[in-house]
Amino acid sequence: MTETDNIIIDATARIFQELGDPQTLNNAPDDAWREPLWAALEESGLTLAWVPDDLGGAGADISDGFDILQTAGRFAVAVPLAETLLAGWALSKANLQVPQGAMSLALSSRANPLRLTDGKLAGRAEAVPFASGVDHFVALAETPDGAAVIQIDAAACNIETAMGIGGDPQGNVRFDGAAPAALAPAPAGIANETLMLMGAAARATQMAGALQGILELAVDYAGERVAFGRPIAKFQAVQHNLAQLAGETAAAVAAAGSAADSIHHADNFNEAVFFEVAAAKTRAGEAAGEGAAIAHQVHGAIGFTDEHILHRFTRRLWAWRDDFGSESEWAVGLGALVAANGADQLWPMVASR
Amino acid sequence: MSSPIQFDPVRLPADAEALRREVRDFLSDEVAAGTFDPDASPMSDGHDVEFSRRVGAKGWIGMTWPKEYGGQERSFLERYVVTEEFRAVSAPVRAHFTADRQSGPVLLKYAPEEIKMDILPRITRGECCFCIGMSEPNSGSDLFAAKAKAEKADTDWRLNGTKIWTTNAQNADYMIGLFRTSAPTEDNRRHGLSQFLIDMTWPGIDVNPIVSMAGGSEFNEVVFTDCKVPADHVLGEIDGAWKQATSELAYERSGPERFLETFYVLVELVRAVGDNPDTRSAEGIGRLVAQLHTLRRMSVSVNGMLQAGKEPVLEGSIVKDLGTLWQQALPSKARDLAAFSGSDAGNRVAFDELLRHALVIAPKLTIQGGTTEVLRGIIARGLGLR
Ligand SMILES: Cc1cc2nc3c(=O)[nH]c(=O)nc-3n(C[C@H](O)[C@H](O)[C@H](O)COP(=O)(O)OP(=O)(O)OC[C@H]3O[C@@H](n4cnc5c(N)ncnc54)[C@H](O)[C@@H]3O)c2cc1C
Repeated sequence: MTETDNIIIDATARIFQELGDPQTLNNAPDDAWREPLWAALEESGLTLAWVPDDLGGAGADISDGFDILQTAGRFAVAVPLAETLLAGWALSKANLQVPQGAMSLALSSRANPLRLTDGKLAGRAEAVPFASGVDHFVALAETPDGAAVIQIDAAACNIETAMGIGGDPQGNVRFDGAAPAALAPAPAGIANETLMLMGAAARATQMAGALQGILELAVDYAGERVAFGRPIAKFQAVQHNLAQLAGETAAAVAAAGSAADSIHHADNFNEAVFFEVAAAKTRAGEAAGEGAAIAHQVHGAIGFTDEHILHRFTRRLWAWRDDFGSESEWAVGLGALVAANGADQLWPMVASR
Repeated sequence: MSSPIQFDPVRLPADAEALRREVRDFLSDEVAAGTFDPDASPMSDGHDVEFSRRVGAKGWIGMTWPKEYGGQERSFLERYVVTEEFRAVSAPVRAHFTADRQSGPVLLKYAPEEIKMDILPRITRGECCFCIGMSEPNSGSDLFAAKAKAEKADTDWRLNGTKIWTTNAQNADYMIGLFRTSAPTEDNRRHGLSQFLIDMTWPGIDVNPIVSMAGGSEFNEVVFTDCKVPADHVLGEIDGAWKQATSELAYERSGPERFLETFYVLVELVRAVGDNPDTRSAEGIGRLVAQLHTLRRMSVSVNGMLQAGKEPVLEGSIVKDLGTLWQQALPSKARDLAAFSGSDAGNRVAFDELLRHALVIAPKLTIQGGTTEVLRGIIARGLGLR
């Protein structure tokens, strides 16, 4: 891996190279790699990059956190790094001290929000990433005094785990009867929609990284694999497939990078941020589907094996495009916004920055 | 692969946004004055000399060039803003755009001083229209198969042969043309071509219009018969034109014209479905807007790289490949999405006419300026595959 001029990216890459390399993880007979990798990420402050120092975090910029996520995506990150970053961000927005350990956001549906009455929670959250394998959940709850950001010990919840399409644990969490370990009123602008925006931007960024990863894998493989007496990279059909994969990768990188940059510079989650994130999640999700298909085609049968690492990337691409709203869902929201603003506002919206 | 593909998010500088407002005011004044109608100009030939002069008077042609040649020494990002605003309303830029984007920069780099002093300021004033003479009847994608010849006669050159598909040759004052000055060598078939600056009023040049399937004759056949060219009109190295091509291409490839050519269809689609579209239309429009936004951010990013003095050949080719395919597919997608929007939509007549036009011109969008297949070959080279 080439060194960049960004120390956070380099630090992240180094940890994954040493302790989270996809090939090593794929060969491992058990989960013994998990603890040292997580410990290294925690120790370097990467898991709480979005939490200010005084709340127990590393106090890095929003854009740094997205750089960490893109780099982790290049290694098909298999630990709840994004989840912990997001949960820490939500807690710190409510000025809550952030606990040690891995966390995940557990968002309930808008139709069926989580409720807190007399100190006890009622409600559920579905398809929570890393539902097993984290120590705490962070959620939004309706209380008699208004919305609150809460932290709950995972041990206090009832978790049904299933394996998600990405190969990471995902599950439904029932909070019924549990008491939050910490809570604070949700500040203005922190709501279900905001957490969805942050989550979608994070997943778009991870997809961009994973696409960079599979482009590199596919280009390298095409240079090594010989058929009909020459490397398959010399066949024009293969070259054109890889050129398309490069295009999809570039699109995801540009869209996710732009969304991250808009969040970094925005004062609040306004319409412009919605536009950026909806576009990025939609386009990166499309790129994930197209790109994964091409990478598999270029790899032939070996890419369809458990032994090869390609699936570590492609399955996560398929998972990440679903998380925090699929491209179909975001596209409907974006299309509705465009239509509501009207045809004459389309160009000014697109060319707003 | 050496390093991962990067498209850094580039923020347009504040003065670019001030410039954008100025450009929008200018364009809305032009529309109000009847110079062009955004709903009709896609169907016109887009060649309006008077309009180009007014654009030149604003300082918006050759705006990145040195002041001594009439330029403004403004940034690539500012030029980007001007270009996209013109494209977004289908303003008639054809009389100056080729010179602004391509021919001027070639002259800047390779023309002798007197020619630069003579021609570049006229380009920036919108008084000078260029065409590009590369393709021939038997040399399209394979440019190095060009046969049209330039032969030395005393100190001058004599041109003979035929160029084809030459956009706007009927209106152009000059052509930059590619001619064979020697045979290719054994080990380099790209050797032997040279670039010439040709005054279209010189004797020995015949321009024959070719009618396109869309009706107009936007391109031409240009026949050279013993056309005499002075020696100082060779641009760059004799026999070495192939070396000059690559670095020009990064900015030729990645501009907003590579994805905005059928944008008017999207605007009218949004109008046709109204402010409360059904789920299907909303999703379709959302995806199109997400794709357009992404292309634009990519294109801005490439212009940021140009501004930083880089040569983003791979990135520029990717933008053009994705962008031309997108603007080609847009009319068909709009047709699908509009299928159930009532015939009572207020703009139905305008939409249908624009859509018909866009569907008919769509095939050219992945051919002109290098086909999809040729671009993918360039991207593959950038990836280290060939
Ligand atoms: C509207 C319009 C305006 C134009 N304006 C100009 C102009 O102003 N000046 C100018 O010089 N030219 C102009 N052109 C010409 C344009 O540059 C050529 O059409 C283009 O380069 C393709 O060449 P061709 O048409 O000869 O197709 P060909 O090169 O014959 O290609 C035919 C098909 O074969 C494919 N093909 C060719 N070689 C390969 C290969 N190695 N691998 C895979 N596939 C291949 C192509 O991709 C294409 O699909 C214009 C064209 C159009 C349509």
